[in-house]
Amino acid sequence: MSILVGKDTRVLVQGITGGAGSFHAKQMLDYGTRIVAGCTPGRGGETFESKVPVFNTAREAVNASGANTSVIFVPPPGAADAILEAIDAGCTLVVCITEGIPVMDMIRVRRVLDAQTAGPARARLIGPNCPGVITPGPTGQGCKIGIMPGHIHRPGNVGVVSRSGTLTYEAVGQLTALGIGQSTCVGIGGDPVAGLDFVEVLELFQNDADTQGVIMIGEIGGSAEERAATFIKEKMNKPVACFIAGTTAPPGKRMGHAGAIIAGGKGTAAEKIRSLEAAGAKVAPTPSDMATTLQSMMR
Amino acid sequence: MKIHEYQAKQIFSRYGVPVPKGYPAFTVDEAEQAAVRLSAETGTKVTVVKAQIHAGGRGKGGGVKVIKGGPAEVRTVAESMLGMQLVTHQTGSSGQKVRRLYVEQGLEMVRELYLGAVIDRDQRRVAFMASTEGGVEIEKVAAETPEKILTVHVDPIAGLSAYQARQLAFGLGLDKYAKTTVTSFVKLASALYELIVKEDCSLCEINPLVVLKNGEVVALDAKINFDDNADFRHPAWEELRDKDEEDPAELEAKKAGLNYVSLDGNVGCLVNGAGLAMATMDIIKHYGGTLGVTPANFLDVGGGASQEQVQKAFKMILSSPKVKAIFVNIFGGIMKCDVIASGIVAAAKELGLRVPLVVRLEGTNVELGRKILSASGLAISSATTMADGAKKVVEAVTAKGGAA
Repeated sequence: MSILVGKDTRVLVQGITGGAGSFHAKQMLDYGTRIVAGCTPGRGGETFESKVPVFNTAREAVNASGANTSVIFVPPPGAADAILEAIDAGCTLVVCITEGIPVMDMIRVRRVLDAQTAGPARARLIGPNCPGVITPGPTGQGCKIGIMPGHIHRPGNVGVVSRSGTLTYEAVGQLTALGIGQSTCVGIGGDPVAGLDFVEVLELFQNDADTQGVIMIGEIGGSAEERAATFIKEKMNKPVACFIAGTTAPPGKRMGHAGAIIAGGKGTAAEKIRSLEAAGAKVAPTPSDMATTLQSMMR
Repeated sequence: MKIHEYQAKQIFSRYGVPVPKGYPAFTVDEAEQAAVRLSAETGTKVTVVKAQIHAGGRGKGGGVKVIKGGPAEVRTVAESMLGMQLVTHQTGSSGQKVRRLYVEQGLEMVRELYLGAVIDRDQRRVAFMASTEGGVEIEKVAAETPEKILTVHVDPIAGLSAYQARQLAFGLGLDKYAKTTVTSFVKLASALYELIVKEDCSLCEINPLVVLKNGEVVALDAKINFDDNADFRHPAWEELRDKDEEDPAELEAKKAGLNYVSLDGNVGCLVNGAGLAMATMDIIKHYGGTLGVTPANFLDVGGGASQEQVQKAFKMILSSPKVKAIFVNIFGGIMKCDVIASGIVAAAKELGLRVPLVVRLEGTNVELGRKILSASGLAISSATTMADGAKKVVEAVTAKGGAA
């Protein structure tokens, strides 16, 4: 098995007629992802790639297609609204790729997410500012939702969760080169206020029978890695190998990602590495050793 | 994005957050005139001249002067302050040149407090923090006496409720001053919250917030950072930007759509993706730190950079005199390796390659990318992994004896 997405995931693409949306929708279709609908306000009635119907609203799209997951390529001014629309339409998983959403918008989105009642209908958000989520597999078995290069992945038993895009590809490339496949790879994104946290994804991996080990990639800023360390210590019996980017990052500077900033002396890589090691996770000494570090723990 | 104190105070005024009366001054004449105007308009005998730079800790560095000798003395002080290199704990040892002053009415205060609003990433809400320890660094208070910081979190749907502001006010002991002090604080905090949301601030700080003799509270200082992600709905921000306060290389990179941060080291880095770019800096320091080899910059060309952007990025690195070697580290997903390779070759041919270049390419179209590099005739050392590349670039710098 896998977590969050699999062969039965029915995907709605919001912003499917835009530049990034159409490019990546095609890539996802090529990978074998079941894209059942698209949504662009004002473009309802069109057909994408002569097979995917496009709707004006997410609600229409979900009602007509039975989509349960949405992926968002809407530009920043409308992206938070698109997330809220997907939740309202009944999608239980919303993956937001968009980079550059104002934090005030995300605070309101989080408020809506957190106000949902518990249960299977509760929507989860991945991202924003993330590569997406992939459960590798051959056509009809796998599911790629996002912008990651599908061909570097292999199906298998290692889960990957990360705040960074290309660093995830780096980890996946290392795993695949060692002949180690992946159960699911989740990019939780680089924004300060976002959806799923390390802890929630680690919990899903811990409960997934087919995940035998996890690579977790963090970076400077915030305290999500420290919370993850507490969870690893208290709740996990599967090996977790980590890498924390930004040991050399100067304080007070935003390093690309909106969330990657050491503010008021808080959120340093050293702090995060200390708490993860104390929790029993192994921290790779360099980003070149992520896969071998996990491999050494799984033997 | 950061702005100056006087700009922040102008925004405060618009939203009804009380501030002392003041005028910005770019010249000595303007400073003197500001003092004359302030005295005429407010009757104040005390004027404060404050250096406007983006760093904090100005007072200790000599960037804030309280003046009792009228406009003539303001002029003298302005003469010495304009153009000085102001060194504070936030500027680094070389300091920041003072180009603007703020001349302000002096007020008689009975108490200094701290009020700040930040995005609390753990709670995913705006947090208001208040402390009786005003006028000192809040980081120091947080580290040494965290119990002296009062915090409330704001529900984005309800906004800052009056009871929350009252919790802070009574917690600060404001009922000890005048009957109106608590109400005055509640009004100020509500106005500040409205400002933070509407103006898309990522941080807003008043240090110190002061209680005046008459019991009113006033923002004696003002600091605002904007959330860069929201710039599309604030065209007015461009006018508030002070280019003198920003690193010219970082500004240039921003214009080209690149993420760039200058560092002190000697290895130029060109990477795709922010996380990988940070990790590349880390691995250079890992292998080279003890040998004096460290990264000269953070540079993320992004997920879908064009050949022109790569060329521009490479030029920026090449033009920095501190760069003794270059490490290009690409894991091409959406970014195709041949695009990167073509950009590098074009830039290197145009400018000449005066330092060793190590390239690690992986991912989409990698074979094509490697072919372009080897066919270029340039002296490029090719690496198979990040570690291999980092070791090779460290070797290149130390072999040249250029690490120092």
